Amino acid sequence: MRVLIAGSSGALARQVALLLKSRGHEVIGLDRRPWRDAPEGIEVFETDVRKRAAEDVFRTRKPECVVHMATVNALTAGGDERARINVGGTKSLFEHAVNHGVKHVVFVGRHTYYGASADSPLYHTEDEPPHGIGSFPELADLVAADLYAANALWREPGLVTTVLRLVYTLGPSQQGTLASFLRGKRVPLVLGYDPLFQFLFESDAARAIALSVEQRVKGIYNVCGPNPVPLRLIVEHTGRTAVPIPEPLLRGLLGRFGLPRLPAGALEHIKFPIVVDGKAFRRATSFSHEVDEVECLQRYRLLTGR
Amino acid sequence: MASDDSVRERVNRLELPFNALGIDPYGISKKHLVVGFSLLGWFYRHYFRVRAVGAANVPRRGRAMLVGNHSGGYAIDGAMVLASMMLELEPPRLAQGMAEKFINQLPVGSLWSSRTGQFTGLPEHAERLLEDDRLLMVFPEGARGTAKLYKERYSLVDFGTGFMRLALKTKTPIVPLGFVGGADAVPTVTNSYALGKLVGVPYVPVTPYGVALPLPAPCEVHYGEALRFSGTGDEEDQVIRGYVEQVKHRIAELVEAARASRRARLRPGAGA
Repeated sequence: MRVLIAGSSGALARQVALLLKSRGHEVIGLDRRPWRDAPEGIEVFETDVRKRAAEDVFRTRKPECVVHMATVNALTAGGDERARINVGGTKSLFEHAVNHGVKHVVFVGRHTYYGASADSPLYHTEDEPPHGIGSFPELADLVAADLYAANALWREPGLVTTVLRLVYTLGPSQQGTLASFLRGKRVPLVLGYDPLFQFLFESDAARAIALSVEQRVKGIYNVCGPNPVPLRLIVEHTGRTAVPIPEPLLRGLLGRFGLPRLPAGALEHIKFPIVVDGKAFRRATSFSHEVDEVECLQRYRLLTGR
Repeated sequence: MASDDSVRERVNRLELPFNALGIDPYGISKKHLVVGFSLLGWFYRHYFRVRAVGAANVPRRGRAMLVGNHSGGYAIDGAMVLASMMLELEPPRLAQGMAEKFINQLPVGSLWSSRTGQFTGLPEHAERLLEDDRLLMVFPEGARGTAKLYKERYSLVDFGTGFMRLALKTKTPIVPLGFVGGADAVPTVTNSYALGKLVGVPYVPVTPYGVALPLPAPCEVHYGEALRFSGTGDEEDQVIRGYVEQVKHRIAELVEAARASRRARLRPGAGA
Protein backbone atom coordinates (compact mmCIF):
# COMPACT_ATOMS: atom_id res chain seq x y z
CA MET A 1 0.00 0.00 0.00
CA ARG A 2 1.24 3.52 -0.72
CA VAL A 3 1.34 5.50 2.53
CA LEU A 4 2.05 9.19 2.87
CA ILE A 5 3.32 10.31 6.27
CA ALA A 6 2.83 13.99 6.98
CA GLY A 7 5.32 15.22 9.57
CA SER A 8 7.69 12.40 8.60
CA SER A 9 10.78 14.05 10.08
CA GLY A 10 9.41 13.79 13.59
CA ALA A 11 11.08 11.28 15.86
CA LEU A 12 8.17 8.87 16.11
CA ALA A 13 7.09 9.41 12.49
CA ARG A 14 10.49 8.24 11.24
CA GLN A 15 10.06 5.01 13.14
CA VAL A 16 6.58 4.57 11.69
CA ALA A 17 7.99 5.17 8.20
CA LEU A 18 10.77 2.61 8.66
CA LEU A 19 8.39 0.06 10.13
CA LEU A 20 5.85 0.44 7.33
CA LYS A 21 8.61 0.15 4.75
CA SER A 22 9.97 -3.00 6.40
CA ARG A 23 6.49 -4.45 6.23
CA GLY A 24 6.50 -3.98 2.48
CA HIS A 25 4.60 -0.73 2.07
CA GLU A 26 5.64 2.12 -0.16
CA VAL A 27 6.29 5.10 2.09
CA ILE A 28 6.34 8.77 1.10
CA GLY A 29 7.38 11.45 3.58
CA LEU A 30 6.21 15.04 3.80
CA ASP A 31 7.66 17.55 6.20
CA ARG A 32 8.94 21.10 6.17
CA ARG A 33 11.88 19.91 8.27
CA PRO A 34 14.52 17.84 6.48
CA TRP A 35 15.12 14.12 7.06
CA ARG A 36 18.80 13.94 6.10
CA ASP A 37 19.54 10.27 6.50
CA ALA A 38 16.24 9.06 5.14
CA PRO A 39 16.78 5.53 3.87
CA GLU A 40 16.69 4.71 0.22
CA GLY A 41 13.21 3.91 -0.96
CA ILE A 42 11.50 6.50 1.19
CA GLU A 43 10.85 9.58 -0.92
CA VAL A 44 10.73 12.71 1.23
CA PHE A 45 9.17 15.99 0.12
CA GLU A 46 10.36 19.03 2.01
CA THR A 47 7.32 21.25 2.16
CA ASP A 48 4.62 22.50 4.50
CA VAL A 49 1.32 20.60 4.50
CA ARG A 50 -0.46 23.91 3.96
CA LYS A 51 1.56 24.80 0.85
CA ARG A 52 0.65 24.21 -2.77
CA ALA A 53 3.62 21.87 -3.20
CA ALA A 54 2.11 19.54 -0.63
CA GLU A 55 -1.09 19.24 -2.62
CA ASP A 56 1.02 18.34 -5.65
CA VAL A 57 2.41 15.39 -3.72
CA PHE A 58 -1.13 14.15 -3.15
CA ARG A 59 -2.01 14.71 -6.80
CA THR A 60 1.03 13.10 -8.36
CA ARG A 61 1.77 10.29 -5.90
CA LYS A 62 -1.86 9.35 -5.15
CA PRO A 63 -1.35 7.77 -1.73
CA GLU A 64 -3.96 5.29 -0.55
CA CYS A 65 -3.41 6.08 3.11
CA VAL A 66 -2.24 9.27 4.84
CA VAL A 67 -0.82 9.28 8.36
CA HIS A 68 -1.07 12.75 9.88
CA MET A 69 1.75 13.31 12.33
CA ALA A 70 2.40 16.94 11.47
CA THR A 71 1.07 18.46 14.67
CA VAL A 72 3.07 20.33 17.27
CA ASN A 73 2.49 18.73 20.65
CA ALA A 74 5.20 20.09 22.92
CA LEU A 75 3.72 21.93 25.88
CA THR A 76 6.61 24.37 25.67
CA ALA A 77 5.80 25.48 22.14
CA GLY A 78 3.19 28.18 22.05
CA GLY A 79 1.75 31.01 20.12
CA ASP A 80 -0.33 31.54 17.03
CA GLU A 81 2.02 29.68 14.72
CA ARG A 82 1.49 26.47 16.62
CA ALA A 83 -2.28 26.86 16.44
CA ARG A 84 -2.06 27.57 12.70
CA ILE A 85 -0.03 24.43 12.10
CA ASN A 86 -2.24 22.19 14.23
CA VAL A 87 -5.64 23.38 13.07
CA GLY A 88 -4.85 24.81 9.62
CA GLY A 89 -2.55 21.93 8.72
CA THR A 90 -5.12 19.31 9.71
CA LYS A 91 -7.76 21.07 7.63
CA SER A 92 -5.51 21.23 4.54
CA LEU A 93 -4.52 17.62 4.90
CA PHE A 94 -8.11 16.37 5.01
CA GLU A 95 -9.03 18.58 2.05
CA HIS A 96 -6.19 17.21 -0.05
CA ALA A 97 -7.05 13.67 0.99
CA VAL A 98 -10.67 14.05 -0.09
CA ASN A 99 -9.79 15.84 -3.34
CA HIS A 100 -7.19 13.31 -4.42
CA GLY A 101 -8.80 9.97 -3.75
CA VAL A 102 -7.15 8.98 -0.48
CA LYS A 103 -9.05 6.08 1.11
CA HIS A 104 -7.83 6.26 4.68
CA VAL A 105 -6.54 9.02 6.96
CA VAL A 106 -4.94 8.25 10.33
CA PHE A 107 -4.81 11.30 12.60
CA VAL A 108 -2.22 10.73 15.31
CA GLY A 109 -3.42 12.86 18.22
CA ARG A 110 -2.51 12.87 21.85
CA HIS A 111 -4.21 11.64 24.99
CA THR A 112 -3.67 15.12 26.42
CA TYR A 113 -6.90 15.85 24.51
CA TYR A 114 -8.76 14.81 27.68
CA GLY A 115 -6.96 17.40 29.81
CA ALA A 116 -5.72 17.14 33.36
CA SER A 117 -7.83 18.43 36.21
CA ALA A 118 -8.65 17.55 39.80
CA ASP A 119 -12.11 16.30 38.99
CA SER A 120 -11.50 14.34 35.82
CA PRO A 121 -11.80 10.55 36.12
CA LEU A 122 -9.08 7.95 35.75
CA TYR A 123 -9.37 5.91 32.56
CA HIS A 124 -10.95 8.15 29.98
CA THR A 125 -12.98 6.43 27.30
CA GLU A 126 -13.23 7.71 23.75
CA ASP A 127 -16.74 9.12 24.22
CA GLU A 128 -15.61 11.68 26.80
CA PRO A 129 -15.37 15.40 26.10
CA PRO A 130 -12.08 17.17 26.93
CA HIS A 131 -11.73 18.38 30.53
CA GLY A 132 -9.92 21.39 31.89
CA ILE A 133 -9.19 23.32 28.68
CA GLY A 134 -10.08 26.41 30.69
CA SER A 135 -7.03 26.03 32.88
CA PHE A 136 -4.74 25.32 29.94
CA PRO A 137 -5.76 27.27 26.83
CA GLU A 138 -2.48 26.31 25.12
CA LEU A 139 -4.02 22.89 24.60
CA ALA A 140 -7.05 24.20 22.74
CA ASP A 141 -5.51 23.91 19.26
CA LEU A 142 -4.73 20.22 19.74
CA VAL A 143 -8.25 19.63 20.96
CA ALA A 144 -9.57 21.53 17.93
CA ALA A 145 -7.42 19.46 15.55
CA ASP A 146 -8.65 16.24 17.18
CA LEU A 147 -12.29 17.34 16.92
CA TYR A 148 -11.82 18.43 13.30
CA ALA A 149 -10.33 15.05 12.42
CA ALA A 150 -13.08 13.22 14.28
CA ASN A 151 -15.64 15.29 12.38
CA ALA A 152 -14.44 13.69 9.17
CA LEU A 153 -16.05 10.47 10.38
CA TRP A 154 -19.48 11.86 9.42
CA ARG A 155 -18.42 14.75 7.19
CA GLU A 156 -16.61 12.50 4.71
CA PRO A 157 -18.45 9.18 4.64
CA GLY A 158 -16.36 8.05 1.65
CA LEU A 159 -13.15 8.33 3.63
CA VAL A 160 -12.10 5.94 6.39
CA THR A 161 -10.90 8.09 9.28
CA THR A 162 -8.93 6.88 12.29
CA VAL A 163 -8.33 9.22 15.19
CA LEU A 164 -5.67 7.92 17.58
CA ARG A 165 -5.18 9.43 21.00
CA LEU A 166 -1.71 8.23 21.83
CA VAL A 167 -0.16 8.32 25.29
CA TYR A 168 3.33 9.73 25.93
CA THR A 169 6.23 7.86 24.34
CA LEU A 170 9.73 7.13 25.63
CA GLY A 171 12.52 5.68 23.54
CA PRO A 172 15.73 6.10 21.56
CA SER A 173 14.77 9.48 20.09
CA GLN A 174 14.60 10.98 23.60
CA GLN A 175 12.01 13.35 22.26
CA GLY A 176 8.44 14.02 23.20
CA THR A 177 6.66 15.72 26.06
CA LEU A 178 7.58 13.26 28.79
CA ALA A 179 11.16 12.89 27.53
CA SER A 180 11.66 16.66 27.56
CA PHE A 181 10.34 16.78 31.07
CA LEU A 182 12.88 14.13 32.11
CA ARG A 183 15.76 15.86 30.34
CA GLY A 184 17.61 17.14 33.39
CA LYS A 185 19.29 15.27 36.22
CA ARG A 186 16.85 16.78 38.66
CA VAL A 187 13.18 16.79 37.80
CA PRO A 188 10.80 19.19 39.53
CA LEU A 189 7.56 17.79 40.95
CA VAL A 190 4.75 19.71 42.58
CA LEU A 191 5.01 19.02 46.29
CA GLY A 192 2.11 16.91 47.53
CA TYR A 193 1.01 15.74 44.07
CA ASP A 194 2.12 12.71 42.11
CA PRO A 195 0.04 12.04 39.01
CA LEU A 196 -0.01 8.80 37.08
CA PHE A 197 1.61 8.92 33.65
CA GLN A 198 0.96 6.49 30.84
CA PHE A 199 3.63 5.81 28.28
CA LEU A 200 4.57 3.47 25.46
CA PHE A 201 8.02 2.53 24.28
CA GLU A 202 8.55 4.17 20.87
CA SER A 203 8.70 0.86 19.00
CA ASP A 204 5.33 -0.12 20.45
CA ALA A 205 3.83 3.25 19.57
CA ALA A 206 5.11 2.95 16.00
CA ARG A 207 3.66 -0.54 15.74
CA ALA A 208 0.27 0.65 16.99
CA ILE A 209 0.20 3.31 14.25
CA ALA A 210 1.31 0.79 11.60
CA LEU A 211 -1.42 -1.61 12.71
CA SER A 212 -4.11 1.01 12.32
CA VAL A 213 -2.79 1.76 8.80
CA GLU A 214 -2.82 -1.90 7.79
CA GLN A 215 -6.12 -2.83 9.39
CA ARG A 216 -7.84 0.39 8.32
CA VAL A 217 -9.85 0.62 11.52
CA LYS A 218 -12.46 3.33 11.50
CA GLY A 219 -13.22 5.45 14.55
CA ILE A 220 -11.64 7.12 17.56
CA TYR A 221 -9.22 5.11 19.67
CA ASN A 222 -7.12 5.66 22.76
CA VAL A 223 -3.76 3.98 22.30
CA CYS A 224 -1.94 2.88 25.43
CA GLY A 225 0.17 0.00 26.61
CA PRO A 226 1.45 -0.77 30.10
CA ASN A 227 -0.16 0.29 33.36
CA PRO A 228 0.28 3.94 34.30
CA VAL A 229 3.10 4.77 36.73
CA PRO A 230 3.30 7.64 39.25
CA LEU A 231 5.57 10.42 37.99
CA ARG A 232 7.88 10.15 40.98
CA LEU A 233 8.61 6.49 40.22
CA ILE A 234 9.20 7.36 36.57
CA VAL A 235 11.76 9.94 37.64
CA GLU A 236 13.48 7.56 40.06
CA HIS A 237 13.48 4.51 37.79
CA THR A 238 14.99 6.49 34.94
CA GLY A 239 17.87 7.43 37.23
CA ARG A 240 16.90 11.01 37.96
CA THR A 241 16.29 12.82 41.21
CA ALA A 242 12.83 14.05 42.05
CA VAL A 243 12.72 17.54 43.55
CA PRO A 244 9.30 18.26 45.03
CA ILE A 245 8.73 22.02 45.15
CA PRO A 246 5.68 23.80 46.61
CA GLU A 247 3.45 24.96 43.79
CA PRO A 248 3.64 28.76 44.37
CA LEU A 249 7.43 28.58 44.44
CA LEU A 250 7.60 26.29 41.41
CA ARG A 251 5.53 28.76 39.37
CA GLY A 252 8.15 31.40 40.03
CA LEU A 253 11.08 29.10 39.32
CA LEU A 254 9.97 27.67 35.98
CA GLY A 255 12.36 28.58 33.20
CA ARG A 256 15.17 29.36 35.64
CA PHE A 257 17.98 27.30 37.19
CA GLY A 258 17.74 24.71 34.44
CA LEU A 259 14.08 23.97 35.10
CA PRO A 260 11.93 23.58 32.00
CA ARG A 261 9.94 26.58 30.86
CA LEU A 262 6.28 25.61 30.88
CA PRO A 263 3.08 27.58 30.43
CA ALA A 264 1.22 27.94 33.74
CA GLY A 265 -1.49 25.50 32.67
CA ALA A 266 1.08 22.77 32.11
CA LEU A 267 1.48 22.52 35.88
CA GLU A 268 -1.93 20.86 35.99
CA HIS A 269 -0.33 18.07 33.96
CA ILE A 270 2.22 17.38 36.67
CA LYS A 271 -0.43 17.60 39.39
CA PHE A 272 -3.22 15.48 37.94
CA PRO A 273 -3.18 12.36 35.78
CA ILE A 274 -4.47 11.76 32.28
CA VAL A 275 -5.09 8.04 32.07
CA VAL A 276 -6.88 6.48 29.13
CA ASP A 277 -8.65 3.20 28.57
CA GLY A 278 -7.20 1.47 25.51
CA LYS A 279 -9.58 -1.49 25.40
CA ALA A 280 -11.36 -0.45 22.20
CA PHE A 281 -8.12 -0.17 20.24
CA ARG A 282 -6.85 -3.51 21.49
CA ARG A 283 -10.14 -5.12 20.52
CA ALA A 284 -10.15 -3.52 17.05
CA THR A 285 -6.52 -4.26 16.13
CA SER A 286 -5.42 -6.94 18.63
CA PHE A 287 -2.54 -4.61 19.51
CA SER A 288 -0.54 -5.49 22.59
CA HIS A 289 2.60 -3.82 23.86
CA GLU A 290 5.92 -5.69 23.92
CA VAL A 291 7.78 -3.44 26.37
CA ASP A 292 6.18 -3.23 29.80
CA GLU A 293 6.42 -0.27 32.15
CA VAL A 294 9.42 -1.54 34.12
CA GLU A 295 11.44 -2.49 31.04
CA CYS A 296 10.52 0.76 29.32
CA LEU A 297 11.87 2.82 32.22
CA GLN A 298 15.00 0.66 32.47
CA ARG A 299 15.71 0.98 28.77
CA TYR A 300 15.15 4.71 28.89
CA ARG A 301 17.57 4.97 31.79
CA LEU A 302 20.26 3.16 29.78
CA LEU A 303 19.51 5.15 26.64
CA THR A 304 20.00 8.41 28.48
CA GLY A 305 23.14 7.12 30.20
CA ARG A 306 22.01 7.27 33.82
CA MET B 1 4.26 2.80 63.86
CA ALA B 2 5.76 4.14 60.60
CA SER B 3 5.36 0.70 59.10
CA ASP B 4 3.78 -2.04 61.08
CA ASP B 5 4.92 -5.55 60.04
CA SER B 6 1.50 -7.09 60.55
CA VAL B 7 0.08 -4.41 58.23
CA ARG B 8 2.80 -5.08 55.65
CA GLU B 9 1.95 -8.76 55.73
CA ARG B 10 -1.74 -7.93 55.18
CA VAL B 11 -1.00 -5.51 52.32
CA ASN B 12 1.01 -8.30 50.68
CA ARG B 13 -2.02 -10.55 50.86
CA LEU B 14 -4.36 -8.08 49.14
CA GLU B 15 -5.78 -9.63 46.01
CA LEU B 16 -5.06 -6.67 43.74
CA PRO B 17 -3.08 -6.81 40.48
CA PHE B 18 0.09 -5.04 41.61
CA ASN B 19 2.95 -4.83 39.10
CA ALA B 20 6.68 -5.24 39.77
CA LEU B 21 6.82 -1.66 41.04
CA GLY B 22 4.11 -2.43 43.62
CA ILE B 23 1.57 -0.30 41.77
CA ASP B 24 -1.87 -1.45 40.62
CA PRO B 25 -3.58 -0.21 37.43
CA TYR B 26 -5.19 2.64 39.39
CA GLY B 27 -1.90 3.83 40.87
CA ILE B 28 -2.54 2.28 44.28
CA SER B 29 0.88 1.73 45.85
CA LYS B 30 1.80 -1.03 48.29
CA LYS B 31 4.35 1.21 49.93
CA HIS B 32 1.81 3.93 50.59
CA LEU B 33 -0.79 1.42 51.77
CA VAL B 34 1.65 0.04 54.36
CA VAL B 35 2.43 3.50 55.74
CA GLY B 36 -1.19 4.68 55.57
CA PHE B 37 -2.70 1.59 57.16
CA SER B 38 0.00 1.40 59.83
CA LEU B 39 -1.15 4.84 60.93
CA LEU B 40 -4.85 4.04 60.60
CA GLY B 41 -4.26 0.70 62.31
CA TRP B 42 -2.79 2.43 65.34
CA PHE B 43 -5.83 4.69 65.57
CA TYR B 44 -8.08 1.71 65.00
CA ARG B 45 -6.55 -0.47 67.70
CA HIS B 46 -5.27 1.93 70.30
CA TYR B 47 -6.88 5.32 69.95
CA PHE B 48 -10.49 4.72 68.92
CA ARG B 49 -10.37 1.06 70.04
CA VAL B 50 -12.82 0.19 67.29
CA ARG B 51 -14.99 -2.86 67.76
CA ALA B 52 -16.20 -4.31 64.48
CA VAL B 53 -19.17 -6.67 64.50
CA GLY B 54 -20.26 -8.72 61.51
CA ALA B 55 -17.29 -7.98 59.22
CA ALA B 56 -17.76 -11.51 57.88
CA ASN B 57 -20.84 -10.20 56.06
CA VAL B 58 -18.52 -8.54 53.57
CA PRO B 59 -17.96 -10.85 50.57
CA ARG B 60 -14.42 -12.24 50.49
CA ARG B 61 -14.07 -11.51 46.80
CA GLY B 62 -15.91 -9.78 44.03
CA ARG B 63 -17.69 -6.49 43.80
CA ALA B 64 -19.51 -5.13 46.82
CA MET B 65 -20.61 -1.79 48.14
CA LEU B 66 -20.25 -0.79 51.79
CA VAL B 67 -22.97 1.73 52.54
CA GLY B 68 -23.02 3.50 55.88
CA ASN B 69 -23.89 6.52 57.98
CA HIS B 70 -21.60 9.38 58.81
CA SER B 71 -21.28 9.77 62.55
CA GLY B 72 -20.11 13.38 62.77
CA GLY B 73 -17.07 15.66 62.73
CA TYR B 74 -15.21 14.50 59.67
CA ALA B 75 -14.65 11.15 58.04
CA ILE B 76 -13.17 9.27 61.01
CA ASP B 77 -15.86 6.68 60.30
CA GLY B 78 -14.64 6.21 56.74
CA ALA B 79 -11.03 5.85 57.84
CA MET B 80 -11.95 3.29 60.51
CA VAL B 81 -14.08 1.27 58.08
CA LEU B 82 -11.08 1.16 55.72
CA ALA B 83 -8.93 -0.06 58.61
CA SER B 84 -11.43 -2.71 59.64
CA MET B 85 -11.57 -4.14 56.10
CA MET B 86 -7.78 -4.30 56.01
CA LEU B 87 -7.31 -5.66 59.54
CA GLU B 88 -10.35 -7.85 60.19
CA LEU B 89 -11.11 -9.61 56.90
CA GLU B 90 -9.56 -12.86 55.71
CA PRO B 91 -8.13 -12.28 53.17
CA PRO B 92 -7.81 -8.53 53.79
CA ARG B 93 -9.59 -6.22 51.38
CA LEU B 94 -8.93 -2.66 50.34
CA ALA B 95 -12.13 -0.64 50.60
CA GLN B 96 -12.14 2.31 48.22
CA GLY B 97 -14.04 5.37 49.37
CA MET B 98 -15.56 7.98 47.15
CA ALA B 99 -13.74 11.07 48.35
CA GLU B 100 -14.97 14.65 48.37
CA LYS B 101 -13.68 16.66 45.41
CA PHE B 102 -11.64 19.08 47.48
CA ILE B 103 -9.29 16.35 48.71
CA ASN B 104 -7.71 15.80 45.30
CA GLN B 105 -7.18 19.55 44.93
CA LEU B 106 -5.09 19.83 48.07
CA PRO B 107 -1.38 19.06 48.10
CA VAL B 108 -0.57 15.89 50.11
CA GLY B 109 -4.30 15.04 50.16
CA SER B 110 -4.10 14.50 46.42
CA LEU B 111 -1.03 12.30 46.63
CA TRP B 112 -2.16 10.10 49.51
CA SER B 113 -5.72 9.66 48.35
CA SER B 114 -4.46 8.68 44.87
CA ARG B 115 -1.89 6.19 46.16
CA THR B 116 -4.31 4.52 48.57
CA GLY B 117 -7.22 4.21 46.14
CA GLN B 118 -9.49 6.81 47.72
CA PHE B 119 -10.60 8.50 44.52
CA THR B 120 -12.87 11.47 43.92
CA GLY B 121 -16.50 10.41 44.09
CA LEU B 122 -17.26 10.46 40.39
CA PRO B 123 -19.83 8.06 38.91
CA GLU B 124 -17.18 6.97 36.36
CA HIS B 125 -14.82 5.93 39.16
CA ALA B 126 -17.49 4.06 41.10
CA GLU B 127 -18.71 2.14 38.09
CA ARG B 128 -15.25 1.21 36.85
CA LEU B 129 -14.13 -0.01 40.28
CA LEU B 130 -17.23 -2.17 40.68
CA GLU B 131 -16.84 -3.60 37.17
CA ASP B 132 -13.32 -4.48 38.30
CA ASP B 133 -14.77 -6.37 41.29
CA ARG B 134 -13.47 -3.96 43.90
CA LEU B 135 -14.93 -3.10 47.29
CA LEU B 136 -16.48 0.35 47.21
CA MET B 137 -17.27 2.40 50.33
CA VAL B 138 -20.11 4.88 50.05
CA PHE B 139 -21.62 7.35 52.50
CA PRO B 140 -24.81 8.48 50.79
CA GLU B 141 -25.25 11.35 53.25
CA GLY B 142 -22.16 13.01 51.77
CA ALA B 143 -20.62 16.09 53.37
CA ARG B 144 -23.98 16.93 54.96
CA GLY B 145 -23.51 13.73 56.93
CA THR B 146 -20.12 14.57 58.36
CA ALA B 147 -21.41 18.07 59.17
CA LYS B 148 -23.90 16.63 61.70
CA LEU B 149 -23.68 18.29 65.09
CA TYR B 150 -23.12 16.31 68.28
CA LYS B 151 -26.77 16.47 69.23
CA GLU B 152 -27.76 15.05 65.82
CA ARG B 153 -25.23 12.22 65.97
CA TYR B 154 -27.59 9.29 65.74
CA SER B 155 -29.88 10.77 63.09
CA LEU B 156 -29.58 10.20 59.38
CA VAL B 157 -29.84 13.03 56.86
CA ASP B 158 -31.16 12.58 53.33
CA PHE B 159 -29.59 9.78 51.32
CA GLY B 160 -28.54 10.34 47.73
CA THR B 161 -29.86 7.80 45.24
CA GLY B 162 -26.89 7.48 42.91
CA PHE B 163 -25.44 4.53 44.81
CA MET B 164 -28.63 2.52 44.39
CA ARG B 165 -28.86 3.07 40.64
CA LEU B 166 -25.24 2.05 40.34
CA ALA B 167 -25.72 -1.06 42.50
CA LEU B 168 -28.65 -2.11 40.29
CA LYS B 169 -26.80 -1.40 37.07
CA THR B 170 -23.68 -3.30 38.10
CA LYS B 171 -25.55 -6.00 40.10
CA THR B 172 -23.57 -5.22 43.23
CA PRO B 173 -24.54 -6.47 46.70
CA ILE B 174 -24.87 -3.73 49.31
CA VAL B 175 -23.38 -4.34 52.75
CA PRO B 176 -25.04 -1.87 55.16
CA LEU B 177 -23.08 -0.60 58.13
CA GLY B 178 -23.83 1.45 61.22
CA PHE B 179 -21.01 3.46 62.79
CA VAL B 180 -21.09 5.17 66.20
CA GLY B 181 -18.48 7.11 68.13
CA GLY B 182 -17.35 9.65 65.54
CA ALA B 183 -19.37 12.41 67.19
CA ASP B 184 -17.85 11.63 70.59
CA ALA B 185 -14.39 11.87 69.06
CA VAL B 186 -15.24 15.20 67.42
CA PRO B 187 -18.18 16.67 69.38
CA THR B 188 -19.17 19.40 66.97
CA VAL B 189 -21.12 22.31 68.40
CA THR B 190 -21.08 24.28 65.17
CA ASN B 191 -19.43 24.25 61.76
CA SER B 192 -17.52 27.20 60.43
CA TYR B 193 -18.13 27.42 56.70
CA ALA B 194 -16.24 30.73 56.46
CA LEU B 195 -13.08 29.20 57.89
CA GLY B 196 -13.54 26.23 55.59
CA LYS B 197 -13.70 28.47 52.57
CA LEU B 198 -10.49 30.12 53.67
CA VAL B 199 -8.50 26.86 53.81
CA GLY B 200 -10.21 25.14 50.86
CA VAL B 201 -12.40 22.56 52.63
CA PRO B 202 -16.22 22.53 52.81
CA TYR B 203 -16.34 23.48 56.53
CA VAL B 204 -14.33 23.29 59.74
CA PRO B 205 -16.01 21.66 62.74
CA VAL B 206 -15.79 23.63 65.99
CA THR B 207 -15.79 21.73 69.29
CA PRO B 208 -16.33 22.95 72.88
CA TYR B 209 -12.55 22.92 73.21
CA GLY B 210 -12.10 24.88 70.01
CA VAL B 211 -9.96 22.89 67.60
CA ALA B 212 -11.39 19.77 66.04
CA LEU B 213 -8.65 17.32 66.98
CA PRO B 214 -10.30 14.00 67.76
CA LEU B 215 -10.70 12.76 71.34
CA PRO B 216 -9.93 9.10 72.04
CA ALA B 217 -13.57 8.04 72.08
CA PRO B 218 -14.23 4.34 71.49
CA CYS B 219 -15.98 3.60 68.23
CA GLU B 220 -18.11 0.75 67.07
CA VAL B 221 -19.10 -0.44 63.63
CA HIS B 222 -21.73 -3.06 62.83
CA TYR B 223 -21.96 -4.67 59.42
CA GLY B 224 -25.24 -6.18 58.32
CA GLU B 225 -25.97 -8.99 55.90
CA ALA B 226 -25.60 -8.08 52.24
CA LEU B 227 -28.73 -6.67 50.60
CA ARG B 228 -29.38 -7.56 46.98
CA PHE B 229 -31.73 -5.63 44.76
CA SER B 230 -32.52 -6.59 41.21
CA GLY B 231 -33.14 -4.17 38.38
CA THR B 232 -31.38 -2.17 35.73
CA GLY B 233 -30.73 1.16 37.41
CA ASP B 234 -33.13 2.91 35.03
CA GLU B 235 -36.17 2.57 37.30
CA GLU B 236 -38.47 5.46 38.19
CA ASP B 237 -37.32 7.70 41.05
CA GLN B 238 -40.10 6.38 43.23
CA VAL B 239 -38.91 2.79 42.92
CA ILE B 240 -35.31 3.78 43.61
CA ARG B 241 -36.40 5.89 46.58
CA GLY B 242 -38.17 2.84 48.00
CA TYR B 243 -35.01 0.72 47.76
CA VAL B 244 -32.90 3.50 49.26
CA GLU B 245 -35.37 3.74 52.18
CA GLN B 246 -34.90 0.01 52.82
CA VAL B 247 -31.13 0.46 53.00
CA LYS B 248 -31.49 3.56 55.16
CA HIS B 249 -33.84 1.72 57.51
CA ARG B 250 -31.39 -1.16 57.84
CA ILE B 251 -28.55 1.28 58.55
CA ALA B 252 -30.66 3.00 61.23
CA GLU B 253 -31.16 -0.42 62.88
CA LEU B 254 -27.43 -1.12 62.74
CA VAL B 255 -26.70 2.31 64.27
CA GLU B 256 -29.08 1.49 67.12
CA ALA B 257 -27.47 -1.91 67.63
CA ALA B 258 -23.99 -0.37 67.60
CA ARG B 259 -25.15 2.30 70.01
CA ALA B 260 -26.57 -0.24 72.48
CA SER B 261 -23.51 -2.43 72.30
CA ARG B 262 -21.20 0.55 72.73
CA ARG B 263 -23.20 1.69 75.77
CA ALA B 264 -22.86 -1.76 77.30
CA ARG B 265 -19.13 -1.67 76.62
CA LEU B 266 -18.67 1.76 78.21
CA ARG B 267 -20.78 1.00 81.26
CA PRO B 268 -20.55 -2.71 81.90
CA GLY B 269 -23.24 -3.90 84.28
CA ALA B 270 -25.48 -0.88 83.68
CA GLY B 271 -27.60 -2.95 81.30
CA ALA B 272 -27.79 -2.25 77.60
